[in-house]
Amino acid sequence: MNATTDLGDRRQHAGQDGTAVSTPSLNGAEVLLRVLQEQEVEVVFGYPGGAVLPIYDALFKQNSIRHILVRHEQAAVHAAEGYARSTGKTGVVLVTSGPGATNAVTGLVDALMDSIPLVCLTGQVPTHMIGNDAFQEADTTGITRPATKHNYLVKRAGDLARTVHEAFYVARSGRPGPVVVDLPKDIMVGPASYTVASTAPHRSYRPITEPRIEAIRQAVALIKRAKRPLFYTGGGVINAGPAASEALGRLVRLTGYPCTSTLMGLGAYPTTDPQFLGMLGMHGTFEANLATHGCDVLINLGARFDDRVTGRLDAFSPGSAKIHVDIDPSSINKIVPVDVAVVGDAGRAIEMMIEAWHEDRAEPDREALATWWRQIEAWRGIDSLRYSQDPSPSAIIKPQHAVKRLYELARETGRDSFVTTEVGQHQMWAAQYYAFEKPNRWMTSGGLGTMGYGLPAAVGVQVGHPEALVIDIAGEASTLMNIQELGTICQYRLPVKLFILNNRYMGMVRQWQELLHGSRYSESYSEALPDFVKLAESFHGTGMRATCLGELDDTIRAMLAHDGPVIADICVDEAENCFPMIPSGAAHNEMILGPDQNEQAARITVEGMMLV
Amino acid sequence: MASTDETEITAVISVLVENEAGALARVIGLFSGRGYNIESLTVAPVEDGRNRSRINIVTSGTPMIIEQIKALLDRLVPVHRVADLTKDGPHVAREMALIKVVSTGELRSEALRIADAFRARPVDTTTGSFVFELTGATDKLDAFIELMRPLGLVEISRTGIAAIARGPHTI
Ligand SMILES: Cc1cc2nc3c(=O)[nH]c(=O)nc-3n(C[C@H](O)[C@H](O)[C@H](O)COP(=O)(O)OP(=O)(O)OC[C@H]3O[C@@H](n4cnc5c(N)ncnc54)[C@H](O)[C@@H]3O)c2cc1C
Ligand SMILES: Cc1ncc(C[n+]2csc(CCOP(=O)(O)OP(=O)(O)O)c2C)c(N)n1
Ligand SMILES: [Mg+2]
Repeated sequence: MNATTDLGDRRQHAGQDGTAVSTPSLNGAEVLLRVLQEQEVEVVFGYPGGAVLPIYDALFKQNSIRHILVRHEQAAVHAAEGYARSTGKTGVVLVTSGPGATNAVTGLVDALMDSIPLVCLTGQVPTHMIGNDAFQEADTTGITRPATKHNYLVKRAGDLARTVHEAFYVARSGRPGPVVVDLPKDIMVGPASYTVASTAPHRSYRPITEPRIEAIRQAVALIKRAKRPLFYTGGGVINAGPAASEALGRLVRLTGYPCTSTLMGLGAYPTTDPQFLGMLGMHGTFEANLATHGCDVLINLGARFDDRVTGRLDAFSPGSAKIHVDIDPSSINKIVPVDVAVVGDAGRAIEMMIEAWHEDRAEPDREALATWWRQIEAWRGIDSLRYSQDPSPSAIIKPQHAVKRLYELARETGRDSFVTTEVGQHQMWAAQYYAFEKPNRWMTSGGLGTMGYGLPAAVGVQVGHPEALVIDIAGEASTLMNIQELGTICQYRLPVKLFILNNRYMGMVRQWQELLHGSRYSESYSEALPDFVKLAESFHGTGMRATCLGELDDTIRAMLAHDGPVIADICVDEAENCFPMIPSGAAHNEMILGPDQNEQAARITVEGMMLV
Repeated sequence: MASTDETEITAVISVLVENEAGALARVIGLFSGRGYNIESLTVAPVEDGRNRSRINIVTSGTPMIIEQIKALLDRLVPVHRVADLTKDGPHVAREMALIKVVSTGELRSEALRIADAFRARPVDTTTGSFVFELTGATDKLDAFIELMRPLGLVEISRTGIAAIARGPHTI
């Protein structure tokens, strides 16, 4: 390391933003922690190792930043995601070099796909050893380049503070995402200078947040003249902060138009409101999907036309003029060509649309709207989420019913509740049967679909909201993917509730095998499951089990009343399928409904089988 | 409404990037990770102090894909500017090639005659070989190379294009 350079840096003095502050006694690790403090970081999720020992030493010597020791680095990232999504802050992760960094990769891609702001600090071998295949060396910036929004390798102590400040800015601004900062050990040990966060614009990175007024007016002109309009809202509204959700509520009520949401957007508009049609897409409601198919103006606010939403592209919302509000210009016309593109923050765009609505002097076509709503009510009348639960106490529990009762009983407690999920059928049932009145209460892995997300995410949510009710609605298979986090939950006395819809199958896989592969259940049975009650106890928690309907409510009540961590093993119908379902490669009007609704056979094409 | 035209077009895109480690890898990774074509790529620092480099990329795809590529390039953190030279107006694009021809007798003199017609300069000469240097538009280089094939062409080294918009405006 070039000591003279660092001395040179240290001789600089505090001044305007971005200049060095004279801090002769700090080493790199201490400078790093000062940056985190300035960035108002309250908690870091991490796991130690050789390359980050100096950082752990600096953590040991201070109290302002809390460290949560996870049991696996992937879980550190998911915990930070849960924390970020539920608090609106940037999640922070600290892992060691080599295996620490590679273990974090799944979490990083998960955060990238779902636009979650994270800063992940990775240890690295000393600068002079980089490239030597040194012990626990991995090309972390190389590996994580396509897994992050951006990444950095800090090669000079003088760049450390500026780089970490910049990482926070990049992670949270524009379309949020994960940012890795790779920190060689010598930089952490050696002297470094502190610089405060710069307020000058970034040299090259300038996200657009303010929408163009012309685009807004054009959009509103279309919206106001619509005969069959539909709001299609997504995770971008959640990213835009609670004020954006509040504005969305005003816009939807002002227009009187129907509103649907993606999986990632749930909670931005209250899901119990009559203007809300339920989720759209592969497992969306009949009314949401047919409205998407039949609308004449589709207003996409912060959603990205994901394939789980569009189904067969050439049949997606075929007759509509499309408006797309997105902060990322590369989302526009990526999959579905649109008529009006509004680049900018969803919250700002919605506020401007409300103003433009008042300015535009056209009168909405109330008659056409009434007809449209009558059509929607007819679709709603199908009651596509109906399921039949045998009411006898000895009856087998339907998973849908378990989620419905969980929601109702949790609501009775009057507590603010946050739900995370794993991936599979239970995730879809959670989306369908749990209601969300507010944003940031629903944490799920949508884009990557990472089994094992929910339990560590619940850790992060509970750390961010110590008083709240935090429930991971889980499948038994997914749960085992990060089950070690029961250790973290125990250590920090986090009263997380792990609510397992135990169908003894990788149910989502089993469902596809039933529908697409002739009921050949290849490797999808959850063999050799642990006894989840004893498992809870061995991690110093409380285990409970419900095996029949008669035990369901009492189990849920006991779980909610307990002030510590609980695993509730809810034994549910093994054969239940998740409906409605638009098979891959089918159009929205080719939805399969459940056995209780009118049988509607969809052609499951060979082409559809090749899709995932 | 955005173009849904399925015909493939070729585009010359210039990108001004911060000259930092990994910047080129990000650009290339964007293409390889998403299955887009790179037909040629050139990169060199273009500013005093060498803090910015210019990357010129020739790529092809449907108009929607070209727009997507530009948007994806533009959102990379170290990217300052992205210009679509093909779309934004007339531009000049030039590349340089070094072409080795090994032949004697009539073939050798024919090679020299054609090189002269193309204003290709011999930059290395032995009794049995030439290395010609030729600068020009890509199709001119292609044409020259085709003519050299029967005359003893053995090796080609091409730079890929450097391109710039015509007229007073800048990237
Ligand atoms: C088993 C399974 C089944 C699924 N089934 C469904 C389904 O039936 N229906 C469904 O909807 N999803 C489903 N998903 C989820 C799906 O894969 C996608 O993750 C989801 O549809 C994407 O949601 P989104 O469009 O809201 O985009 P997100 O991934 O949330 O992306 C947000 C978009 O908003 C933009 N943005 C970010 N911040 C802002 C801002 N401040 N202002 C404006 N724009 C912003 C981003 O650029 C991006 O384009 C399923 C997932 C799994 C694992
Ligand atoms: C890490 C990972 N591996 C594989 C998959 C594919 N996959 C999707 S759902 C699923 C089964 C999930 O089973 P379970 O957790 O029991 O949930 P269920 O569908 O039964 O509710 C699998 C294997 C995945 N999404 N993530
Ligand atoms: Mg299961």
